[in-house]
Amino acid sequence: MPERPEQPEQPEQPEEPGEHAARPADSEAAAPQQPTSNRRAGMLIGLLCLLLGFALVVQVRSTTDASGLGAARQEDLVSILDDLSAREDRLRQDIATQEELRDRLVSGDDQSDTALAEALLREQQLAILAGTVAAEGPGIELTVSDPGAEVGPEVLLNAIQELRAAGAEAMQVGDVRIGVSSAVTGRAGLLVIDGIELTAPYTIRAIGDPQTLEIALNIPGGVVNAVSRAGGEATIEQQDAVVVSALRPVDDPEYARPAEDEED
Amino acid sequence: MIPAFALLIGVILGLVLDPTVPLWLQPYLPIAVVAALDAVFGGVRAWLDGLFDAKVFVVSFVSNVLVAALIVFLGDKLGVGGQLSTAVVVVLGIRIFGNAAAIRRHVFRA
Repeated sequence: MPERPEQPEQPEQPEEPGEHAARPADSEAAAPQQPTSNRRAGMLIGLLCLLLGFALVVQVRSTTDASGLGAARQEDLVSILDDLSAREDRLRQDIATQEELRDRLVSGDDQSDTALAEALLREQQLAILAGTVAAEGPGIELTVSDPGAEVGPEVLLNAIQELRAAGAEAMQVGDVRIGVSSAVTGRAGLLVIDGIELTAPYTIRAIGDPQTLEIALNIPGGVVNAVSRAGGEATIEQQDAVVVSALRPVDDPEYARPAEDEED
Repeated sequence: MIPAFALLIGVILGLVLDPTVPLWLQPYLPIAVVAALDAVFGGVRAWLDGLFDAKVFVVSFVSNVLVAALIVFLGDKLGVGGQLSTAVVVVLGIRIFGNAAAIRRHVFRA
């Protein structure tokens, strides 16, 4: 309360001394003094008014220009800031979600690539094993001559099994690829493998470690001995590149299915 | 007449030049403008009262602006800039109202 009366008086205070100063100046001042001081004062006043108008417009302009932020009150600013923070949070969450998704897709891509490569490798291995593709590699070529038609199916079967046991990875007898279900039938002189008749001399090509295969055939009482006993002759030739080009047809399994719980 | 013309010229200049307020001036300019307005209203009232003195007007104008800026500056330094600006605007507003009332009484005899 005491401030109020003081403050309204203040505006009049600058003018009150003005009263006293102005009265003598206006009424009593000498005539020559008045024009110069008047002009100077008028110029000053004009300058000040010019400045005021200028500043007024500039301030108004800047207030309207600043999209209200500069002139906004603190509470408004706080709420605007809150809004922006909330929006930022939401956007950050979006970013995190999208990045996670991207990572998952990228790694999924990797996984499927590796899986594909693995599957291809496996397919090749299985194809060689099943005899659906031609195979090439170091191995031996076993030629069994049978002039007396004495070499029976058991000799050939023994040869196949010995070669398998010695690590042969792909084999063909004559033009027949040996697979898991190959069967040697017929009789001496007329051997039949998988329903295909063979004529002497029989040529067996096997891919594997050549030395191991040769040793396996040469063991005492082994294939070579058996062939000699039957009156034939077995010759083994180690080769750097044996081509097993005969193919086996693939039978789709009619009953067997991959077990469900067996995962890769 | 001259002050009114000068004011008009200032407004036009401001509109034409359209300068941006420097950052350091931004807190002071509104208060300074209000203070200057107060001085102008005081001057108009004194003129209508027949008491106008150019020297007093110039001094009060300049000192009003400087004091207002100083108060805002101090308020900023003391951490109460916003409140002190409000206080200055309120005080100056009251003075402007008082002067405007006096001017009105002069002009309209009411």
